[in-house]
Amino acid sequence: MANKAIFKKDPDNRKLWVTREFDAPIEKVWKAWTESEILDKWWAPKPWKAETKEMNFTEGGIWLYSMLGLEGERHWSRVDIKTVVPGQSFSSTSKFSDENGVPVDSMPGMGWFVQFFPTATGTKVEVELSFATEASMNTMMQMGFEGGFTMGLNNLEELLASE
Amino acid sequence: MKRDIFQAIADPTRRAILTLLIAQAMTPNAIADNFTSSRQAVSKHLKVMTDCGVLKRQQTTGREVYYHINPQKMKEIDLWMERFRKLWDDKFNQLDDVLKNL
Repeated sequence: MANKAIFKKDPDNRKLWVTREFDAPIEKVWKAWTESEILDKWWAPKPWKAETKEMNFTEGGIWLYSMLGLEGERHWSRVDIKTVVPGQSFSSTSKFSDENGVPVDSMPGMGWFVQFFPTATGTKVEVELSFATEASMNTMMQMGFEGGFTMGLNNLEELLASE
Repeated sequence: MKRDIFQAIADPTRRAILTLLIAQAMTPNAIADNFTSSRQAVSKHLKVMTDCGVLKRQQTTGREVYYHINPQKMKEIDLWMERFRKLWDDKFNQLDDVLKNL
């Protein structure tokens, strides 16, 4: 039986939280969130595929990857790794970019703080998403909301995953 | 510019107005009494929120205007959260599978 994710939102502080438990030890879950070969296998929801071009998971390093769609469309994202406490937490910012990691300025960025906690049966992951402005949180909401169900999901996915 | 529901909740004052109107329909003056900002500022918020469709304006026979919430529109916000949930659930289910094979 699948674990359930818990969602909380705090529009006043422009934050969203997602919490989820996994039936695997913390070492494995940490690897799955921080090693690009594994991230590429799950980061993009089907039918999208994530492909890493560059990954340097250290403080000050970047993760440059693209999301590849069924029609061959590709959206690049750049994640800047800010802090890393191995096996416990990391923080980063993400933005849309071009294939060289040059940010697309018109798109709002997003902050990530991901924490890992051991539980009796595995690992609990807490994701805190912060948005620089209400406008950027809104943009994400709108992109998730408009344009039909599938497109909305895809757009939202891009934003969530890549910003 | 087309307005949508997310503009209605993009501002703390607007969210406070929504909270007030959940309890009952109110006149612009009665709404403004709850805020330190000017009546003009509050009336601008009411206009945006009416344009977004989250509020409805109703004029009584005594020519008084009452604002009330449009529950249909409020539902759209929930819908968005649903999609956000679905997206993460899908991702995490994929991660479950990946973890099984690590």
